[in-house]
Amino acid sequence: MYLSNLRPGERARIAFLDTQTAIEQRIAAFGLMCGEIVEVTRIAPMGDPMAVWCAGTEIMLRKSEAGSIRVNRL
Amino acid sequence: MTAVATKKVKIALVGNPNTGKTTIFNNLTGLKQRTGNYAGVTVSLKMGLFKMGDSDAEMIDLPGTYSMSANSLDESIVLDVLNSRMKDMRGPDVVVCIADACALRRNMLLVSQIATLGLPMVLVLNQSDGLKKLGLAVDTALLEKRLGIQVISAVGTKGVGMAELKSAIADALERQRLMKSIFWPECVNKATAHLRHVLSERGKHMLESELHRLMFDAHSHENLALGVEFCFLREGIDQAREMIRKGGYNPLAAEAVLHYRNIDALLEGVVTKKGDVEASTSESIDHIMLHRLWGFVIFIGMMYLVFQSVYSWAGPLMDGIEFLQASVQNWVTPLLVSTPMLQSLVSDGVIEGVGAFLVFLPQILILFFFVALLEDTGYMARAAFLMDRVFSGCGLNGKSFVPLLSSYACAIPGIMATRTIEDSKTRLATIFVAPFMSCSARLPVYVLMIGAFIQPKFGALWAGFTLFAMHFVGLMVAVPTAWLLTRFVFKTKSQPFVMELPRYRVPRVRDVIWRMTESGIEFCKRAGSTIFAITILIWALLYFPQLTESEEQAIRTAFIETKMSAASSSPSEVMAALDQEGSATAKALRAQIASVQINQSYMGTMGKTLQPVFAWAGYDWKITVGLLASFPAREIFVSTMGIIHSLGGNVDEESNDLRTVLAQSTWQTGKLAGQPIFTVPVVVSIMVFFALCSQCGATTAVIVKEAGWKWAILSFTYMTGLAWLGAVLTYQMGTYLFY
Repeated sequence: MYLSNLRPGERARIAFLDTQTAIEQRIAAFGLMCGEIVEVTRIAPMGDPMAVWCAGTEIMLRKSEAGSIRVNRL
Repeated sequence: MTAVATKKVKIALVGNPNTGKTTIFNNLTGLKQRTGNYAGVTVSLKMGLFKMGDSDAEMIDLPGTYSMSANSLDESIVLDVLNSRMKDMRGPDVVVCIADACALRRNMLLVSQIATLGLPMVLVLNQSDGLKKLGLAVDTALLEKRLGIQVISAVGTKGVGMAELKSAIADALERQRLMKSIFWPECVNKATAHLRHVLSERGKHMLESELHRLMFDAHSHENLALGVEFCFLREGIDQAREMIRKGGYNPLAAEAVLHYRNIDALLEGVVTKKGDVEASTSESIDHIMLHRLWGFVIFIGMMYLVFQSVYSWAGPLMDGIEFLQASVQNWVTPLLVSTPMLQSLVSDGVIEGVGAFLVFLPQILILFFFVALLEDTGYMARAAFLMDRVFSGCGLNGKSFVPLLSSYACAIPGIMATRTIEDSKTRLATIFVAPFMSCSARLPVYVLMIGAFIQPKFGALWAGFTLFAMHFVGLMVAVPTAWLLTRFVFKTKSQPFVMELPRYRVPRVRDVIWRMTESGIEFCKRAGSTIFAITILIWALLYFPQLTESEEQAIRTAFIETKMSAASSSPSEVMAALDQEGSATAKALRAQIASVQINQSYMGTMGKTLQPVFAWAGYDWKITVGLLASFPAREIFVSTMGIIHSLGGNVDEESNDLRTVLAQSTWQTGKLAGQPIFTVPVVVSIMVFFALCSQCGATTAVIVKEAGWKWAILSFTYMTGLAWLGAVLTYQMGTYLFY
């Protein structure tokens, strides 16, 4: 299951990052790393991007990026 | 006696975006700010002076960044400044890190990274008044003990903690207080040593932090702009990354993972729960602000307000500036009547040139008032969240919306507003497409052309439709342009669009006013001179070579003769009318002379020389001169057409005389002789040309300032090429299909 599959209000633990690019470094800087807990707060009205709560802040990211973050739903 | 050179203490201010960094900078330095520009750097850095004890200290406000990876321009600059790698700028003596007290963990990443540089540091926990609402408490004393540097709890917007900060800076400098650096695992140390060894074999040396960038940053090759001589490093970097991988870490995430591990240890017991979480106001505001219906209603309402303010409310102020300019011209002109050249230079060159950039100030100030409000309240991020989907398809992002919307009023403030876009590639692409948005300066050309030709021929409905359609021509070109640019032209991909949705905040009036004045001053200082120079250049091309006295006399004589035969009046009557200042006859003669003057000026010669190129679009030399002369600004086309058709320069797009003259003008020679010049294909072709062309000196000047000469030249060439192509295609297709 990927972060992009989660619906608003759902919480999950990040299991694995599927990328080998700058995206990985960038989202890691925001605290989106393996083992972290995230909660989807909302999805933009047009379906993309999405907002997640992580490490004490709300972060928005596109579904394309969220689609490379594998999670386990809690 | 030798002067003792007192070395000014240098302080760098770093922090994540949305931490209130600029507010603290403004608090400390007050009015003593300036914007510094450095060779090869398009991001401008703000400097400020303040008193620290008896000596002056210089503070530099670095761009807000989330981490030290050198993946974006802003980040590389932060790194270069801190590592003293900037040309003609010494590195800082003390680094002040501003962190958001309410999101300490994430903010600490940058702090922990900066600690590796080995510079004296002070940590500021800003916005600490928000902690109570979140039910959190931070034990600053414990944190100080763990970090080994002073930790100041502050509320920038209320000025709380500023005195403590000042003394902490002095203390950090005096005692060289360094923050305890992260303890790297063996594999990272091995990889670093390996890279250092590879470099030293070639007699090169790099700082440890730079070696880390090479290992940890995905695109370190492109981003550090290492020359060909560093090609050998590629292999070394791959080997170093392999060592990290063997140590059990993913090389690209290793840095963040290890730093966060370090941070978690540092913050253990520092941030504690204290009391209940009050219902988050941001959360409930967002419930409405990001609602799928109300969110858009509010968004559209706000954007309408922003657009209207730039488009309409700036109008009276701009009229005021133009009125002032005309008054100065009217006042100066009679004083210089004895020296006609100086008179023309001062009035039509210098004063016109100053007016040419001052006239943009109202729009810039008003737009930046809103930009500051939107950013400081935290709504800008929400607007980007709502709109991103629309822009992601063509390589831009949600933050491109406000700049592009403002460009529909005027590209100048629009391009300046691209500074709100953090990612430099997206910012460049937005700057590049902003001039395609149909700005208000195109309107006079459209109104003239539609009023003179479309409306009389096809009626009001088609006239309205044409005007509406013209506003989309640029947009239709802008979308593929942005797509091509971000996909094929930029060597490195733009950063993934990950952004914080900051908590809502009440903006401080002082900061908003600061932002407005700063943008206004910077525009005048940097773009002003270029706009001024362009105006003077165009003036010279129109003024020289001057008609000789005998040539002027000949026009006068011919004019009197035609007047006499036309009205069968005596020479004395005509002469009397001519002597009467302001009479219709006198005006007609002056317009006649001006028309001959523009015909034989350098500009006229250029127009005639270039006419064959524009003949493909069905233009005569007069239209060509109109296009060339409107380089400073599109609306000049209208007055140039007035001058060239002997009506004088005081015509506007509503002028019936001008419309009639244009409608009656016919080809003098060639196979079309006797036929009207302004056919419908030609008229539409002119409008398409103005929709796509780069005839705006001020825009070019602003692009030079915001993105550099290379991009300004590229933008000008691209737009001019497209405009010509569009104009030719319109004319050829129109003629083929309908004539």
